[in-house]
Amino acid sequence: MDSKRSDTATALAPTATIVIIGAGQAGGWAAQTLRNEGFTGRLVLIGDEAHPPHERPPLSKAVLAGEAAPASTWLLKPEAFAALGLEWWLDTRVTRIDRAAKRLETANGELLSYDKLILCTGGRARALTVPGVDTAAVHTLRTIGDALALAPALRPERSIVVIGGGWIGLEVAATARCKGADVTVLEAQSRLCERTVPPEVSEHLLGLHASHGTRVMLGANIAGIAPGTGGRSVVTLADGSTLACHAIVAGVGLVPNDELAREAGLECDGGVVVDAGCRTSDPDIFAAGDVAVTPNPWAGRRLRLESWQNAQEQGIAAARAALGLAVDYQPLPWFWSDQYGMNLQIHGIPLPSHRVVARGTPGADSFVLFYLDGDVVKAALGSNAARDLRFARRHIELCKPVDASRLADPSVPMSRQ
Amino acid sequence: MTESWIEAALLSDVPQDDVIAVAVQGQEIALYGVDGDVYATDNICTHGHARLCEGFLEGHEIECPLHQGRFDIRSGAAKCAPLTENIRTYPVRIDGDKVYLDLG
Repeated sequence: MDSKRSDTATALAPTATIVIIGAGQAGGWAAQTLRNEGFTGRLVLIGDEAHPPHERPPLSKAVLAGEAAPASTWLLKPEAFAALGLEWWLDTRVTRIDRAAKRLETANGELLSYDKLILCTGGRARALTVPGVDTAAVHTLRTIGDALALAPALRPERSIVVIGGGWIGLEVAATARCKGADVTVLEAQSRLCERTVPPEVSEHLLGLHASHGTRVMLGANIAGIAPGTGGRSVVTLADGSTLACHAIVAGVGLVPNDELAREAGLECDGGVVVDAGCRTSDPDIFAAGDVAVTPNPWAGRRLRLESWQNAQEQGIAAARAALGLAVDYQPLPWFWSDQYGMNLQIHGIPLPSHRVVARGTPGADSFVLFYLDGDVVKAALGSNAARDLRFARRHIELCKPVDASRLADPSVPMSRQ
Repeated sequence: MTESWIEAALLSDVPQDDVIAVAVQGQEIALYGVDGDVYATDNICTHGHARLCEGFLEGHEIECPLHQGRFDIRSGAAKCAPLTENIRTYPVRIDGDKVYLDLG
């Protein structure tokens, strides 16, 4: 790729050491960016997995389905990764940040000094806490290892209970159904993806999964899990009903890995707090990706974005910031999910106060919903409409007034709105 | 080096400031019309498996519809994340209303 080196001189000496903790997507892009921007000093990338930096979205889809190898998710081909000239400390856990000495300690007892530190520690799947959870092998899905462990359970004549009707739960449910398993999704709330999409989209998702033969139970609270017969587990709901299944998958959220930062006294609030320059409360420490809590002008508050876009873009931004380059990271949130043949994308943050304008029919294969404040598009959400959504994204970014009746008319191209 | 020009499309089928896909000898190729010129690249993005013909052409840059990576259609150069590999481009010759490609 083009290395667009900035004109700004970097503030770091060529002998400086930059350490990145976390070798996921954010850490991987931070590392690449440091080199693309001309940093020639010592670069150490520390990851607690044995895999080089990779993208996670395929782990709940093509990798879980066995249609793509884990290596297909790597950010870089091996030779390009090697060409970065960095030290990759794999399978390594950092146990302490000594900010006064600017030094890290690892679980193996190694010490590593840094000039700048970038935290890309991400998060971990939240553990299910219900009575009897220890009696069953409850899967979660976050890592390549998780996907490979769950994959063999997804086959015909196997029943799967997915606990949690959020994005991970629904993507796993879709993959499991496509592999022929019998699937039940249990969601405690009254609708799917309640935290992230408006009710009309929850309806669309419910219809999509029902049409593929998945049972979705809403308002389903779990009383406990117990061993059953034939290697099955039995999930008991609060109303006393029971479900026997061969495997349980919990998709009940992500816990940010901010313990290291908290123990080091960095400001944390459900993740590591950073400013628009990706800077933590320590000027030599930056954070990016799933672990970072960032002020977001589109939301009007600070938030932690768990998305592919944020892992990549904030990883890049944090690397530039660590080099002393000007960074003002204010992304329009962008999220997508692939389930069955549906590519659903959300640009911006739909709010209940927005006026909804539909282009196409919600529930159809392809449609777009626009979320307007007055006559300005603030967010857009659509199914199988990537091209229209790209134009919608531009409308949102430009804050340009639109004519809602033309927006709703699919015969008027989005390029002429 | 030998050149073998293969008829790929009619010039009138290539939209201005936009992109279409054609199949040439079993290969999916994206054709772009910019300022009266025609450019050709592979149609499948080097990052995901998205089709560039469903992408967004702005000037000489095509943006992938799924992950918003951008290529320069003249050189095939990857311009931004998530792309880490360039895309293959093909020489184009226009003769009358016909567009010919050299698939090399």
